[in-house]
Amino acid sequence: MYLAKVTGTVVASTKADGLDCVKLLIVEPVDEEGRAVGPPQVAADAVQAGAGELVFVCTGREGALALDEVFAPVDLAVVGHVDDVDAREPIQTPPGRPAPGGTPPGGTPPKRRRR
Amino acid sequence: MLLGRVIGTVVSSVKVPAYKGHKLLLVRPERLDGTFEARSYIAVDLVHAGEGDRVLLMREGSSVRDLLGDAAAPIHAAVVGIVDKVTFS
Repeated sequence: MYLAKVTGTVVASTKADGLDCVKLLIVEPVDEEGRAVGPPQVAADAVQAGAGELVFVCTGREGALALDEVFAPVDLAVVGHVDDVDAREPIQTPPGRPAPGGTPPGGTPPKRRRR
Repeated sequence: MLLGRVIGTVVSSVKVPAYKGHKLLLVRPERLDGTFEARSYIAVDLVHAGEGDRVLLMREGSSVRDLLGDAAAPIHAAVVGIVDKVTFS
């Protein structure tokens, strides 16, 4: 899954079975600052997204699972509207060293429980 | 799976119901020289990871659906581990 911005819609009158009633959007992958980071793609819309909106998309076979017709030939779907992104640039450290801000070296790691 | 760093979170109130109750993390894939790829990915958090943590990012839908116990979840990526140490031989 990744962040994307909706930049347009696609209308196709001749489509494969399963794509009937599927709204198609043009989405452009963006980074946390809203800068484009990849070529635009066509995504099926599962959350009634509109032009200019920041959304997140689900790739692969799972994209189709967001639609009413789960066997639709779809490999990318808009699955959520993004309200807020809270991110900061990571600090570079070779993987052999502990990540800054992560688990302290030698210290007792905080107890984490699987949900 | 990819080695990555949690750089933040994504807040979404209107989303596909399967995402309800899951924290969405922004994960930046990390190279072995310590640099980062340009693009981040969004992944559901299965291990209570936090910002700054080095994590294992799984980008394979059926495994994620298996872990979530929901065969119909439209979720493709998950954080499945917090990395303590990486060694090279």
